[in-house]
Amino acid sequence: MGFTFAEKILAKKAGLKRVIPGEIVQITPDVALSHDNTAPIIGIFRKMGGVKVFDTEMHAIFLDHAAPAPTTKHAENHRVIRDFVRKQGIPYFFDVGRGICHQVLVEEGLALPGEVVLGSDSHTPHAGVMGAFGAGIGRSEMASIWALGDLWLRVPQSVKIVVQGALPTWVTAKDLALHIIGDLGADGALYMSVEWHGEAIEALDLSQRAVLTNMTAEMGAKNSYIPPDQKVFAYLDKRARRVFKPVYPDPNADYTQVVEYDASIIEPMIACPHTVDNVRPLSEITGTHIDQAFIGTCTNGRLEDLAAAAHVISGKQVADGTRMIVIPASSQVYKEALRKGYIETFLNSGAVIESPGCGPCMGNHMGVPAIGEVTISSANRNFRGRMGTKESEIYLANPLVVAASAVTGVITHPKDLA
Amino acid sequence: MESKNIINGRVWKYGDNVNTDVIFPGKYTYTVSDPADMPRYALEDLDPHFADGVQPNDIIVAGTNWGCGSSREQAVICLKHGGLGAIVAKSFARIYYRNCLNAALPALICPDAVDAIGNGETIEIDLEAGEIHCDAGTFTFQPLPAAIMKIFEAGGLIPYTRKRLA
Repeated sequence: MGFTFAEKILAKKAGLKRVIPGEIVQITPDVALSHDNTAPIIGIFRKMGGVKVFDTEMHAIFLDHAAPAPTTKHAENHRVIRDFVRKQGIPYFFDVGRGICHQVLVEEGLALPGEVVLGSDSHTPHAGVMGAFGAGIGRSEMASIWALGDLWLRVPQSVKIVVQGALPTWVTAKDLALHIIGDLGADGALYMSVEWHGEAIEALDLSQRAVLTNMTAEMGAKNSYIPPDQKVFAYLDKRARRVFKPVYPDPNADYTQVVEYDASIIEPMIACPHTVDNVRPLSEITGTHIDQAFIGTCTNGRLEDLAAAAHVISGKQVADGTRMIVIPASSQVYKEALRKGYIETFLNSGAVIESPGCGPCMGNHMGVPAIGEVTISSANRNFRGRMGTKESEIYLANPLVVAASAVTGVITHPKDLA
Repeated sequence: MESKNIINGRVWKYGDNVNTDVIFPGKYTYTVSDPADMPRYALEDLDPHFADGVQPNDIIVAGTNWGCGSSREQAVICLKHGGLGAIVAKSFARIYYRNCLNAALPALICPDAVDAIGNGETIEIDLEAGEIHCDAGTFTFQPLPAAIMKIFEAGGLIPYTRKRLA
């Protein structure tokens, strides 16, 4: 019997010949990712007796969750982090404006095949787009890694998702992700390692693949993995910060569950308030009133997402009484979008462009909804209160649907825009 | 003297998908920061009798996906500081499970026991043997691995790390 990706990479990192699901291993991650929550982690690190971090090069620290700082308190938080980074001599620090941690980790060549990324953020499975093992951990755990360089991990069981066929027009990886989350449920992959296989996955570009690994967190997964191929290696050429060695599952690995989907029958999907697994086809939701349309986040704020949205909205205007907010996921995405004219297209349509970061996704700033308002968003979570007030509703959709809805002021299929 | 690996307590039984917002409401996450103050808000939106009624070594018995939602550690700390002895569930949300073990609060997975145990019953858990003794009989669970028991013996991840650093 062979081994899954999770079993192979955790055995390798633990220095063991083989591991089995349920086993606890002690491993040293290649990357320890933290963001604005670095400030409270510093407090716990001190409480543990920490003085100097175990390995300065292991850290990747990003200011993205409330950046630029919306309040003095946030600004003080950022200052504490900058002081710490300078005094410790941490090289991989990305200040306000560089972008969202998961996106920038990939752009900076720090999420690498065959490596382990542990992050104090629940969407750390995102790094699996490059063939890394990415998992979210708590703040105390992160502080312990800073101090000692290692942490315990339970070897997860694995689910194999196989997607054949090709996605139809107007249908994106976001719809595929929502379709599967709706099917398997919010605990459908609880504590599992999820592997994505099949011709439909191979056909996706990296930007779309990242939507899948990012959204897998919404099924309760520990990590999410797409086997790295030539697209990944070409992207990492001259970008990778370290020499890497990919890890692949054995063909005869033992999976708890194998689920198969046909991409060609998927339609645009919407996650309705207030859970990500409350998924319905777009056709059942069209006509629902919206007040705000938001394109951005680590899920759907990349160049390809902005290109798709710009294509839909080009030459049209955001509806009267509706707001459209666009936030590129990183400064690199922003520059490219400027160069290609997408930013100008959005501005001509009456959209608001804001600086790279998480923005209003978890209710911090840059376009939070008013009481009673409805947002359609390209993000990954629509929990009650997520964007700031419990008295508002969030629908999750692909960027084309978000853009089309901005034009009409109601949830709209992009094909129906005249 | 009774081993600390034996937990004997009364059961508070709950259902599936209990999320961290009802275990420790989000509105307190930035206003209540002292662990000693947290128990009074525990399960506030799920069971208003819990915070006042919980006795040392009491045990929560729950369905699937206990602790889903946010990764806030307060949702474990509020129970631990209230004296809770253990949580037995059909399954745990992943980060909640980790937070429990790192706070030295036993989180045990035993679906059969959950179905058999009634609310208010007194049960005994033997952590070393991996056994739960209740009115319906004895149920077994996979004992906690040695690596985790070391964290337990130190009193949690923070004292454990402090000890290893020293």
